[in-house]
Amino acid sequence: MGTPRIYKTEAIVLRQRKMGEADRVLTLHTLTHGKLDAKAKGVRKTTSRMSGHLQPLNRCMVQLVQGRTMEIIAGCETLESFQPLREDLDRLSRALYAAELADRFLAERVEAVATYRLLQETLRHLQGDADVDLVLRRYEMKLLEHAGFRPELDRCLGCEVPMGPQRNFFSPMAGGTLCPSCGAGTAGSRMLSADGLKVLRLLQRASYKEIERLNIPPALAQEVERHQRSYIACVLERDVNAAAFVERLRREQQRLEI
Amino acid sequence: MNEHPTTAAAAPVARLIEEFHKLPGVGPKSAQRLTYYLLRMPAAEARALAEAILEVKERITFCSACQNVTDVNPCRICASDRRDRTMICVVEEPLDILALERSGSYQGLYHVLHGVISPMDGIGPEELKIEELLSRLRSEEVQEVILATNPNLEGEATAMYLTRLLRPLGPKVTRLASGLPVGGDLEYADDVTLSRALEGRQEAQG
Ligand SMILES: [Zn+2]
Ligand SMILES: [Zn+2]
Repeated sequence: MGTPRIYKTEAIVLRQRKMGEADRVLTLHTLTHGKLDAKAKGVRKTTSRMSGHLQPLNRCMVQLVQGRTMEIIAGCETLESFQPLREDLDRLSRALYAAELADRFLAERVEAVATYRLLQETLRHLQGDADVDLVLRRYEMKLLEHAGFRPELDRCLGCEVPMGPQRNFFSPMAGGTLCPSCGAGTAGSRMLSADGLKVLRLLQRASYKEIERLNIPPALAQEVERHQRSYIACVLERDVNAAAFVERLRREQQRLEI
Repeated sequence: MNEHPTTAAAAPVARLIEEFHKLPGVGPKSAQRLTYYLLRMPAAEARALAEAILEVKERITFCSACQNVTDVNPCRICASDRRDRTMICVVEEPLDILALERSGSYQGLYHVLHGVISPMDGIGPEELKIEELLSRLRSEEVQEVILATNPNLEGEATAMYLTRLLRPLGPKVTRLASGLPVGGDLEYADDVTLSRALEGRQEAQG
Protein backbone atom coordinates (compact mmCIF):
# COMPACT_ATOMS: atom_id res chain seq x y z
CA MET A 1 0.00 0.00 0.00
CA GLY A 2 1.39 3.38 -0.98
CA THR A 3 1.29 6.43 1.26
CA PRO A 4 -1.49 8.90 0.38
CA ARG A 5 -0.41 12.30 -0.93
CA ILE A 6 -1.55 14.00 2.29
CA TYR A 7 -1.36 12.16 5.58
CA LYS A 8 -1.30 12.74 9.31
CA THR A 9 1.07 11.12 11.78
CA GLU A 10 2.48 11.57 15.22
CA ALA A 11 6.18 12.51 15.21
CA ILE A 12 9.09 13.50 17.41
CA VAL A 13 11.28 16.26 15.95
CA LEU A 14 14.85 14.93 16.03
CA ARG A 15 16.72 17.86 14.53
CA GLN A 16 16.44 20.82 12.22
CA ARG A 17 18.55 22.85 9.87
CA LYS A 18 18.05 26.18 8.15
CA MET A 19 17.17 26.21 4.49
CA GLY A 20 16.97 29.21 2.18
CA GLU A 21 15.66 32.52 3.54
CA ALA A 22 13.18 31.50 6.19
CA ASP A 23 12.57 27.74 5.91
CA ARG A 24 13.77 24.80 7.93
CA VAL A 25 14.26 21.16 7.11
CA LEU A 26 13.22 18.94 10.01
CA THR A 27 14.22 15.37 10.61
CA LEU A 28 11.14 13.69 12.04
CA HIS A 29 10.82 10.34 13.73
CA THR A 30 7.26 9.56 12.72
CA LEU A 31 5.21 6.88 14.39
CA THR A 32 3.90 5.39 11.15
CA HIS A 33 6.60 6.05 8.52
CA GLY A 34 9.85 5.89 10.45
CA LYS A 35 12.43 8.64 10.04
CA LEU A 36 12.02 11.20 7.28
CA ASP A 37 12.99 14.77 6.34
CA ALA A 38 10.25 17.35 5.94
CA LYS A 39 10.35 20.98 4.95
CA ALA A 40 8.66 23.63 7.10
CA LYS A 41 8.11 26.80 5.10
CA GLY A 42 8.53 30.27 6.57
CA VAL A 43 9.04 29.07 10.15
CA ARG A 44 11.96 31.40 10.88
CA LYS A 45 9.66 34.40 10.42
CA THR A 46 8.31 35.56 13.77
CA THR A 47 4.80 35.52 12.30
CA SER A 48 4.87 31.77 11.72
CA ARG A 49 2.32 29.90 13.77
CA MET A 50 4.00 26.56 13.23
CA SER A 51 7.52 27.32 14.42
CA GLY A 52 6.86 26.83 18.12
CA HIS A 53 5.42 23.38 17.48
CA LEU A 54 8.38 22.26 15.41
CA GLN A 55 11.19 22.69 17.92
CA PRO A 56 13.52 19.69 18.28
CA LEU A 57 12.37 17.18 20.93
CA ASN A 58 8.72 18.20 20.52
CA ARG A 59 6.24 15.38 20.06
CA CYS A 60 3.52 16.56 17.73
CA MET A 61 0.81 15.61 15.29
CA VAL A 62 1.92 16.65 11.82
CA GLN A 63 0.10 16.83 8.54
CA LEU A 64 2.47 15.97 5.71
CA VAL A 65 2.17 16.52 1.99
CA GLN A 66 4.37 14.47 -0.30
CA GLY A 67 6.65 16.77 -2.27
CA ARG A 68 9.05 16.16 -5.12
CA THR A 69 12.17 15.77 -3.02
CA MET A 70 10.79 15.64 0.51
CA GLU A 71 7.57 15.95 2.51
CA ILE A 72 6.20 19.40 3.26
CA ILE A 73 4.66 20.14 6.64
CA ALA A 74 1.16 21.50 6.11
CA GLY A 75 0.08 21.60 9.72
CA CYS A 76 1.25 20.67 13.16
CA GLU A 77 0.12 20.61 16.74
CA THR A 78 2.13 19.91 19.89
CA LEU A 79 1.19 16.80 21.86
CA GLU A 80 4.04 16.91 24.38
CA SER A 81 6.71 19.60 24.63
CA PHE A 82 8.93 18.08 27.38
CA GLN A 83 9.28 21.56 28.88
CA PRO A 84 11.38 20.47 31.92
CA LEU A 85 14.06 19.25 29.48
CA ARG A 86 14.28 22.69 27.92
CA GLU A 87 14.83 24.47 31.22
CA ASP A 88 17.75 22.42 32.50
CA LEU A 89 20.95 22.19 30.52
CA ASP A 90 22.00 18.84 32.00
CA ARG A 91 18.73 17.22 31.00
CA LEU A 92 18.61 19.00 27.66
CA SER A 93 22.10 17.87 26.63
CA ARG A 94 21.17 14.23 27.37
CA ALA A 95 17.89 14.56 25.47
CA LEU A 96 19.76 15.91 22.44
CA TYR A 97 22.16 13.01 22.65
CA ALA A 98 19.20 10.60 22.70
CA ALA A 99 17.66 12.29 19.65
CA GLU A 100 20.93 12.27 17.72
CA LEU A 101 21.47 8.61 18.50
CA ALA A 102 17.98 7.72 17.23
CA ASP A 103 18.68 9.71 14.07
CA ARG A 104 21.95 7.83 13.48
CA PHE A 105 20.48 4.38 14.07
CA LEU A 106 17.28 4.78 12.08
CA ALA A 107 17.05 4.07 8.37
CA GLU A 108 14.98 6.47 6.27
CA ARG A 109 11.32 5.60 5.91
CA VAL A 110 11.48 2.27 7.68
CA GLU A 111 8.72 1.93 10.22
CA ALA A 112 10.19 1.80 13.74
CA VAL A 113 7.38 1.92 16.26
CA ALA A 114 9.38 0.32 19.09
CA THR A 115 12.16 2.89 18.72
CA TYR A 116 9.59 5.68 18.66
CA ARG A 117 8.03 4.51 21.90
CA LEU A 118 11.46 4.04 23.44
CA LEU A 119 12.51 7.59 22.61
CA GLN A 120 9.24 9.00 23.94
CA GLU A 121 9.64 7.03 27.16
CA THR A 122 13.29 8.09 27.45
CA LEU A 123 12.51 11.80 27.06
CA ARG A 124 9.89 11.46 29.80
CA HIS A 125 12.32 9.76 32.14
CA LEU A 126 15.01 12.35 31.49
CA GLN A 127 12.61 14.81 33.12
CA GLY A 128 12.29 12.72 36.28
CA ASP A 129 14.36 11.85 39.32
CA ALA A 130 16.52 9.12 37.81
CA ASP A 131 20.22 9.68 37.16
CA VAL A 132 20.15 11.14 33.63
CA ASP A 133 23.25 9.26 32.56
CA LEU A 134 21.85 5.90 33.66
CA VAL A 135 18.68 6.70 31.71
CA LEU A 136 20.90 7.19 28.66
CA ARG A 137 22.77 3.92 29.23
CA ARG A 138 19.50 2.00 29.40
CA TYR A 139 18.28 3.82 26.30
CA GLU A 140 21.45 2.87 24.43
CA MET A 141 21.01 -0.78 25.35
CA LYS A 142 17.39 -0.86 24.18
CA LEU A 143 18.15 1.08 21.02
CA LEU A 144 20.97 -1.32 20.14
CA GLU A 145 18.58 -4.20 20.66
CA HIS A 146 15.87 -2.66 18.42
CA ALA A 147 18.47 -1.98 15.74
CA GLY A 148 19.66 -5.60 15.82
CA PHE A 149 22.95 -4.99 17.63
CA ARG A 150 22.18 -6.40 21.07
CA PRO A 151 25.59 -7.03 22.66
CA GLU A 152 26.32 -10.54 23.92
CA LEU A 153 26.81 -10.45 27.70
CA ASP A 154 26.16 -14.05 28.81
CA ARG A 155 28.73 -16.12 26.97
CA CYS A 156 32.26 -15.72 25.69
CA LEU A 157 32.13 -14.86 22.00
CA GLY A 158 35.38 -16.81 21.53
CA CYS A 159 34.83 -20.18 23.23
CA GLU A 160 31.16 -19.95 24.31
CA VAL A 161 31.72 -20.61 28.01
CA PRO A 162 29.24 -18.78 30.28
CA MET A 163 30.77 -15.60 31.70
CA GLY A 164 31.94 -16.02 35.29
CA PRO A 165 31.93 -13.41 38.06
CA GLN A 166 35.56 -12.44 37.47
CA ARG A 167 37.43 -9.89 35.45
CA ASN A 168 36.49 -10.47 31.81
CA PHE A 169 36.86 -8.55 28.57
CA PHE A 170 34.52 -6.56 26.36
CA SER A 171 35.22 -6.39 22.65
CA PRO A 172 33.32 -3.79 20.59
CA MET A 173 34.46 -5.46 17.35
CA ALA A 174 33.28 -8.92 18.43
CA GLY A 175 30.04 -7.42 19.78
CA GLY A 176 30.20 -8.47 23.42
CA THR A 177 32.02 -10.31 26.15
CA LEU A 178 35.15 -12.47 26.03
CA CYS A 179 36.45 -14.72 28.81
CA PRO A 180 39.88 -13.95 30.37
CA SER A 181 41.77 -16.40 28.14
CA CYS A 182 40.08 -15.41 24.86
CA GLY A 183 40.04 -11.69 25.69
CA ALA A 184 43.67 -11.26 26.67
CA GLY A 185 44.94 -11.82 23.14
CA THR A 186 42.18 -10.03 21.20
CA ALA A 187 43.07 -6.63 19.79
CA GLY A 188 40.68 -3.83 20.78
CA SER A 189 39.19 -5.72 23.71
CA ARG A 190 39.08 -3.98 27.07
CA MET A 191 38.99 -5.17 30.63
CA LEU A 192 35.46 -5.55 32.01
CA SER A 193 35.08 -5.72 35.79
CA ALA A 194 32.66 -8.17 37.40
CA ASP A 195 30.51 -5.26 38.61
CA GLY A 196 30.68 -3.66 35.17
CA LEU A 197 29.26 -6.82 33.63
CA LYS A 198 26.49 -6.90 36.23
CA VAL A 199 25.47 -3.32 35.45
CA LEU A 200 25.56 -3.92 31.67
CA ARG A 201 23.30 -6.95 32.07
CA LEU A 202 20.95 -5.04 34.35
CA LEU A 203 20.69 -2.22 31.80
CA GLN A 204 19.83 -4.77 29.15
CA ARG A 205 16.80 -6.16 30.97
CA ALA A 206 15.71 -3.51 33.51
CA SER A 207 12.81 -1.11 33.07
CA TYR A 208 13.20 2.62 33.69
CA LYS A 209 11.40 2.15 36.99
CA GLU A 210 14.12 -0.20 38.19
CA ILE A 211 16.82 2.17 36.92
CA GLU A 212 15.40 4.98 39.05
CA ARG A 213 16.38 3.17 42.23
CA LEU A 214 19.85 2.39 40.97
CA ASN A 215 22.79 4.27 42.41
CA ILE A 216 26.24 3.25 41.24
CA PRO A 217 29.68 4.66 42.10
CA PRO A 218 31.14 7.16 39.58
CA ALA A 219 34.07 4.94 38.57
CA LEU A 220 31.74 2.07 37.71
CA ALA A 221 29.40 4.40 35.82
CA GLN A 222 32.39 5.60 33.83
CA GLU A 223 33.49 2.08 32.99
CA VAL A 224 30.02 1.13 31.76
CA GLU A 225 29.73 4.30 29.71
CA ARG A 226 33.14 3.71 28.13
CA HIS A 227 32.19 0.19 27.02
CA GLN A 228 28.81 1.22 25.63
CA ARG A 229 30.20 4.22 23.83
CA SER A 230 33.03 2.32 22.21
CA TYR A 231 30.55 -0.34 21.10
CA ILE A 232 28.18 2.28 19.63
CA ALA A 233 31.06 4.04 17.86
CA CYS A 234 32.02 0.67 16.41
CA VAL A 235 28.48 -0.08 15.18
CA LEU A 236 27.89 3.42 13.77
CA GLU A 237 31.47 3.76 12.51
CA ARG A 238 31.52 7.29 13.93
CA ASP A 239 31.26 9.29 17.16
CA VAL A 240 28.01 10.82 18.35
CA ASN A 241 28.42 14.63 18.24
CA ALA A 242 26.28 15.48 21.24
CA ALA A 243 28.43 13.26 23.48
CA ALA A 244 31.18 15.89 23.45
CA PHE A 245 28.84 18.52 24.88
CA VAL A 246 27.54 16.16 27.57
CA GLU A 247 31.11 15.44 28.56
CA ARG A 248 32.05 19.12 28.61
CA LEU A 249 29.15 19.96 30.94
CA ARG A 250 30.14 17.15 33.25
CA ARG A 251 33.76 18.33 33.30
CA GLU A 252 32.82 21.93 34.03
CA GLN A 253 30.41 20.82 36.75
CA GLN A 254 33.15 18.83 38.45
CA ARG A 255 35.48 21.81 38.31
CA LEU A 256 32.87 23.92 40.12
CA GLU A 257 32.39 21.28 42.80
CA ILE A 258 36.06 21.03 43.67
CA MET B 1 25.34 7.08 -15.00
CA ASN B 2 23.85 10.20 -13.55
CA GLU B 3 25.91 13.13 -14.70
CA HIS B 4 26.77 15.82 -12.14
CA PRO B 5 25.07 19.05 -13.26
CA THR B 6 28.32 21.03 -13.37
CA THR B 7 30.44 18.60 -15.39
CA ALA B 8 28.53 19.41 -18.59
CA ALA B 9 29.32 23.14 -18.25
CA ALA B 10 32.54 24.91 -19.30
CA ALA B 11 35.22 24.87 -16.60
CA PRO B 12 34.95 28.56 -15.46
CA VAL B 13 31.16 28.23 -15.30
CA ALA B 14 31.43 25.02 -13.30
CA ARG B 15 33.86 26.72 -10.94
CA LEU B 16 31.49 29.63 -10.24
CA ILE B 17 28.61 27.21 -9.64
CA GLU B 18 30.75 25.34 -7.13
CA GLU B 19 31.67 28.59 -5.38
CA PHE B 20 28.04 29.69 -5.04
CA HIS B 21 27.10 26.24 -3.83
CA LYS B 22 29.40 26.76 -0.81
CA LEU B 23 27.29 29.71 0.40
CA PRO B 24 24.72 29.14 3.16
CA GLY B 25 21.21 28.43 1.92
CA VAL B 26 22.34 28.02 -1.72
CA GLY B 27 21.53 24.62 -3.18
CA PRO B 28 22.89 23.26 -6.49
CA LYS B 29 19.93 24.64 -8.46
CA SER B 30 20.17 28.15 -7.00
CA ALA B 31 23.92 28.07 -7.64
CA GLN B 32 23.27 27.36 -11.31
CA ARG B 33 20.60 30.04 -11.54
CA LEU B 34 22.90 32.69 -10.00
CA THR B 35 25.74 31.71 -12.31
CA TYR B 36 23.67 31.92 -15.47
CA TYR B 37 22.24 35.22 -14.27
CA LEU B 38 25.77 36.58 -13.90
CA LEU B 39 26.68 35.33 -17.38
CA ARG B 40 24.01 37.60 -18.87
CA MET B 41 24.97 40.56 -16.68
CA PRO B 42 26.86 43.55 -18.26
CA ALA B 43 30.60 43.28 -17.62
CA ALA B 44 30.68 46.55 -15.62
CA GLU B 45 28.06 45.30 -13.19
CA ALA B 46 29.84 42.01 -12.73
CA ARG B 47 33.07 43.88 -12.03
CA ALA B 48 31.30 46.09 -9.45
CA LEU B 49 30.03 42.99 -7.67
CA ALA B 50 33.44 41.34 -7.64
CA GLU B 51 35.04 44.53 -6.30
CA ALA B 52 32.41 44.86 -3.58
CA ILE B 53 33.24 41.32 -2.44
CA LEU B 54 36.97 42.05 -2.40
CA GLU B 55 36.49 45.36 -0.59
CA VAL B 56 34.47 43.68 2.14
CA LYS B 57 37.23 41.13 2.62
CA GLU B 58 40.00 43.73 2.60
CA ARG B 59 38.43 46.53 4.65
CA ILE B 60 36.02 44.86 7.01
CA THR B 61 37.30 43.16 10.13
CA PHE B 62 35.90 42.10 13.45
CA CYS B 63 35.83 44.55 16.35
CA SER B 64 38.41 43.39 18.88
CA ALA B 65 36.00 44.17 21.72
CA CYS B 66 32.49 43.13 20.65
CA GLN B 67 33.39 40.95 17.60
CA ASN B 68 30.90 42.77 15.39
CA VAL B 69 31.85 43.37 11.76
CA THR B 70 33.37 46.82 11.34
CA ASP B 71 35.63 48.96 9.16
CA VAL B 72 37.20 50.69 12.17
CA ASN B 73 38.54 49.00 15.26
CA PRO B 74 37.08 49.33 17.87
CA CYS B 75 33.74 49.62 16.12
CA ARG B 76 31.59 52.77 16.24
CA ILE B 77 29.35 51.40 18.98
CA CYS B 78 32.23 50.35 21.22
CA ALA B 79 34.02 53.69 20.63
CA SER B 80 30.96 55.87 21.25
CA ASP B 81 30.78 57.85 24.52
CA ARG B 82 26.99 57.93 24.33
CA ARG B 83 26.56 54.20 25.03
CA ASP B 84 25.92 52.74 28.47
CA ARG B 85 29.10 50.78 29.17
CA THR B 86 27.65 48.88 32.11
CA MET B 87 25.49 46.71 29.85
CA ILE B 88 26.40 44.08 27.27
CA CYS B 89 23.76 42.51 25.07
CA VAL B 90 24.91 39.11 23.73
CA VAL B 91 23.65 38.15 20.27
CA GLU B 92 24.23 35.25 17.87
CA GLU B 93 24.99 37.18 14.67
CA PRO B 94 25.86 40.72 13.52
CA LEU B 95 22.42 40.92 11.85
CA ASP B 96 20.81 40.75 15.28
CA ILE B 97 22.58 44.00 16.24
CA LEU B 98 21.00 45.69 13.24
CA ALA B 99 17.56 44.55 14.41
CA LEU B 100 18.15 45.76 17.98
CA GLU B 101 19.60 49.10 16.85
CA ARG B 102 16.63 49.64 14.56
CA SER B 103 14.30 49.22 17.52
CA GLY B 104 16.10 52.18 19.16
CA SER B 105 15.41 50.95 22.68
CA TYR B 106 18.87 49.76 23.67
CA GLN B 107 21.79 52.04 24.55
CA GLY B 108 24.35 49.58 25.90
CA LEU B 109 27.18 47.64 24.26
CA TYR B 110 27.00 44.34 22.37
CA HIS B 111 28.85 41.08 22.03
CA VAL B 112 28.53 38.83 18.96
CA LEU B 113 28.97 35.10 19.54
CA HIS B 114 29.12 34.28 15.81
CA GLY B 115 26.97 31.21 16.18
CA VAL B 116 25.09 29.18 18.69
CA ILE B 117 25.75 25.95 20.57
CA SER B 118 24.43 23.05 18.51
CA PRO B 119 25.48 19.79 20.17
CA MET B 120 24.05 17.50 17.46
CA ASP B 121 26.02 19.31 14.77
CA GLY B 122 29.18 19.12 16.85
CA ILE B 123 29.23 22.90 17.46
CA GLY B 124 30.31 23.42 21.05
CA PRO B 125 31.09 26.51 23.15
CA GLU B 126 34.70 26.51 21.92
CA GLU B 127 33.55 27.49 18.42
CA LEU B 128 31.90 30.68 19.69
CA LYS B 129 33.39 34.00 20.87
CA ILE B 130 32.82 33.10 24.51
CA GLU B 131 36.41 33.46 25.76
CA GLU B 132 36.38 37.01 24.35
CA LEU B 133 33.20 37.76 26.30
CA LEU B 134 34.68 36.39 29.53
CA SER B 135 37.79 38.51 29.21
CA ARG B 136 35.64 41.63 28.65
CA LEU B 137 33.74 40.86 31.84
CA ARG B 138 37.00 40.52 33.73
CA SER B 139 38.37 43.85 32.56
CA GLU B 140 35.31 46.08 32.03
CA GLU B 141 32.81 47.52 34.50
CA VAL B 142 29.84 45.46 33.37
CA GLN B 143 26.81 45.26 35.64
CA GLU B 144 24.35 43.46 33.40
CA VAL B 145 24.61 40.96 30.58
CA ILE B 146 21.46 40.56 28.49
CA LEU B 147 21.29 37.24 26.66
CA ALA B 148 19.54 37.90 23.35
CA THR B 149 20.09 34.59 21.58
CA ASN B 150 17.15 33.38 19.47
CA PRO B 151 14.12 31.96 21.29
CA ASN B 152 14.60 28.44 19.96
CA LEU B 153 16.15 25.30 21.38
CA GLU B 154 19.74 26.12 20.45
CA GLY B 155 19.40 29.76 21.50
CA GLU B 156 18.02 28.68 24.87
CA ALA B 157 20.74 26.07 25.33
CA THR B 158 23.37 28.73 24.61
CA ALA B 159 21.72 31.15 27.04
CA MET B 160 21.63 28.51 29.79
CA TYR B 161 25.25 27.62 29.18
CA LEU B 162 26.34 31.27 29.32
CA THR B 163 24.31 31.88 32.48
CA ARG B 164 26.26 29.12 34.25
CA LEU B 165 29.52 30.59 33.07
CA LEU B 166 28.83 34.28 33.66
CA ARG B 167 26.97 34.36 36.93
CA PRO B 168 30.01 33.43 39.08
CA LEU B 169 31.81 36.43 37.54
CA GLY B 170 29.41 38.86 39.18
CA PRO B 171 27.15 40.63 36.68
CA LYS B 172 23.38 40.35 36.65
CA VAL B 173 22.47 37.96 33.83
CA THR B 174 19.12 38.52 32.12
CA ARG B 175 17.24 36.95 29.23
CA LEU B 176 14.98 38.68 26.72
CA ALA B 177 11.34 38.37 27.73
CA SER B 178 9.13 35.83 26.14
CA GLY B 179 6.76 37.42 23.69
CA LEU B 180 9.21 36.68 20.96
CA PRO B 181 7.58 33.65 19.37
CA VAL B 182 9.43 30.38 19.92
CA GLY B 183 11.28 29.28 16.79
CA GLY B 184 11.29 32.70 15.12
CA ASP B 185 14.61 34.40 14.39
CA LEU B 186 15.49 37.64 16.16
CA GLU B 187 16.48 39.25 12.87
CA TYR B 188 12.88 38.97 11.66
CA ALA B 189 11.30 40.44 14.80
CA ASP B 190 9.54 43.80 14.47
CA ASP B 191 10.68 46.85 16.47
CA VAL B 192 7.76 46.91 18.90
CA THR B 193 8.12 43.24 19.80
CA LEU B 194 11.87 43.66 20.28
CA SER B 195 11.46 46.75 22.48
CA ARG B 196 8.95 44.91 24.65
CA ALA B 197 11.20 41.88 24.90
CA LEU B 198 14.06 44.13 26.03
CA GLU B 199 11.97 46.02 28.58
CA GLY B 200 10.52 42.85 30.05
CA ARG B 201 13.82 40.96 30.32
CA GLN B 202 14.14 38.74 33.36
CA GLU B 203 16.79 37.08 35.45
CA ALA B 204 18.11 34.15 33.36
CA GLN B 205 17.87 30.50 34.41
CA GLY B 206 20.95 28.34 34.40
ZN1 LIG C 1 36.55 -17.66 25.79
ZN1 LIG D 1 32.69 46.72 18.97
